[in-house]
Amino acid sequence: MKTPYQTVTNLSTGICAFGAWPDRFVEDADHRIACADFFAGSSLYGRGDELEGRSVLLATKDQLTTASALIELDGVARRIILWPPELSLEYLPFVVDAAEVDCIVSDRAIAPFHSQHPVYYCGCSSNLIPVAPKERPNHETEWILLTSGTTGRPKLVVHSYSSLTAAIQPRTDSNLSIVWSTFYDIRRYGGLQILLRAVRTSASLVLSSAGESVADFLARAARAGVTHMSGTPSHWRRALMSPSAQLLKPKYVRLSGEAVDQAILNNLRAAYPGARIVHAFASTEAGVAFEVTDGAAGFPASALNENRQVEMKVEEGTLHIRSAGNARCYLGDRAPALKDQSGFVDTGDTVELRDGRYFFAGRRDGVINVGGLKVHPEEVESVITRHPEVQMCLVRGKRSPITGALVIADVVLKGASISSDQDTGALERDILRLCREALPAHKVPAAIKLVSELPIAESGKVMRQYA
Amino acid sequence: MNVRSAVVDEFMKVAREHVKELPSLTDSTPLLETGLDSLCFAVIVTRLEDSLGIDPFQAEDSLFPITFGEFVRLYETSQK
Repeated sequence: MKTPYQTVTNLSTGICAFGAWPDRFVEDADHRIACADFFAGSSLYGRGDELEGRSVLLATKDQLTTASALIELDGVARRIILWPPELSLEYLPFVVDAAEVDCIVSDRAIAPFHSQHPVYYCGCSSNLIPVAPKERPNHETEWILLTSGTTGRPKLVVHSYSSLTAAIQPRTDSNLSIVWSTFYDIRRYGGLQILLRAVRTSASLVLSSAGESVADFLARAARAGVTHMSGTPSHWRRALMSPSAQLLKPKYVRLSGEAVDQAILNNLRAAYPGARIVHAFASTEAGVAFEVTDGAAGFPASALNENRQVEMKVEEGTLHIRSAGNARCYLGDRAPALKDQSGFVDTGDTVELRDGRYFFAGRRDGVINVGGLKVHPEEVESVITRHPEVQMCLVRGKRSPITGALVIADVVLKGASISSDQDTGALERDILRLCREALPAHKVPAAIKLVSELPIAESGKVMRQYA
Repeated sequence: MNVRSAVVDEFMKVAREHVKELPSLTDSTPLLETGLDSLCFAVIVTRLEDSLGIDPFQAEDSLFPITFGEFVRLYETSQK
């Protein structure tokens, strides 16, 4: 006999199979939707049928609308592309072509653009309109997640419901009512994991709203009875700086998306003495690899061989992972390979072994992780070198106890153009203004350091000191 | 420059750069009501490390400050 875990292939059947309890809900600051209502209503103005078999790009203003449309479209659409918040719409034509998008579902006005295929538009709203329940198709929809690429242009990562849910264990304590919440956005891998966890563990879900303060979000999460909460170490550091963090009484605290340090684990232990505090390693490409439950930073070397479902190895200093949770591939023309020939994903995260424990030691490719968001140094450098006074520059990460890392730019000016401290200050501000105009806040350097030269390698390139 | 004025100075500078309106900073002002986000705090901490030569957040046993007064005291006690 098949268990529900083997037969469920999409979100809506997932919600039904694991119990559409009358009191289960998904909410943001403005709306609360009972899970049962997702099946009696449509967020697509009743037009979901028209999207069967299409490649649908989903770009909504808020998370709840995305959740509603996802439940309606998973199993119906051939492919769903989740547009993350803050990704500039300038990349829309690229993504539409790379993912062969033939339908855009959005609650925003989207300016016309040139595309190789005709694109159909469908509106959406988190105010569900009533529709008659009916039999739904059950295609295995491809889920496309966008992650940042070297030039700022996103990479398209192909997953499926089964790869995204591979690491989620069935719950053992079915009497406990679980209410999940997350500081993440469900349009990125970390947040999507929590939406899927809520679905597969018969839980409710509390989502944050754009523009909602951390204090208001925490207070609302506490009122909604949140028992399980996830975020990056940076999210948690910020939460613990709010008096509202004391309102929360979590049974389970989860951290992922960045290397965890001992200070945040100790702070969480002090704030939530009764909670299980778990940190997990996951990436959009590699999926969820392992969880650490012993309250210490890093992970025990034995974790590499602990789980037969997730094969892990350290090669040339970086962590490689092969499991059912891996993404399938990158999408698009000339997309790089996502896995090596033996099917392992190289995470690019370097690790160091000390006393039987591995600790994360930065990225091999120099990517800077600012509060869980990736920054490619090359993208920031290309903005800074547009400044007429700049000869060359090197962008690097600096460790930060608040956001894990920060972006720092070492800049060499053309000629001997600095004459006084005043000029220096004005120039630094000018470079920062340029960065602010062209880049999202987390990519803007925290400091511009004017230097007289940068080390050049024999290749003629600026020498980077990665990891 | 004493620690408190260095901290106030940095708060004001970062708020200006990030185009945020800063309320008047008293000891009881909650940090999250200063209108500054995590990134702003990270920038403040890294610049104070440059100017004062200390980063009290590195210590594993220090608890995160909630008010502006606690933030300043964290720096004052680390400097001694």
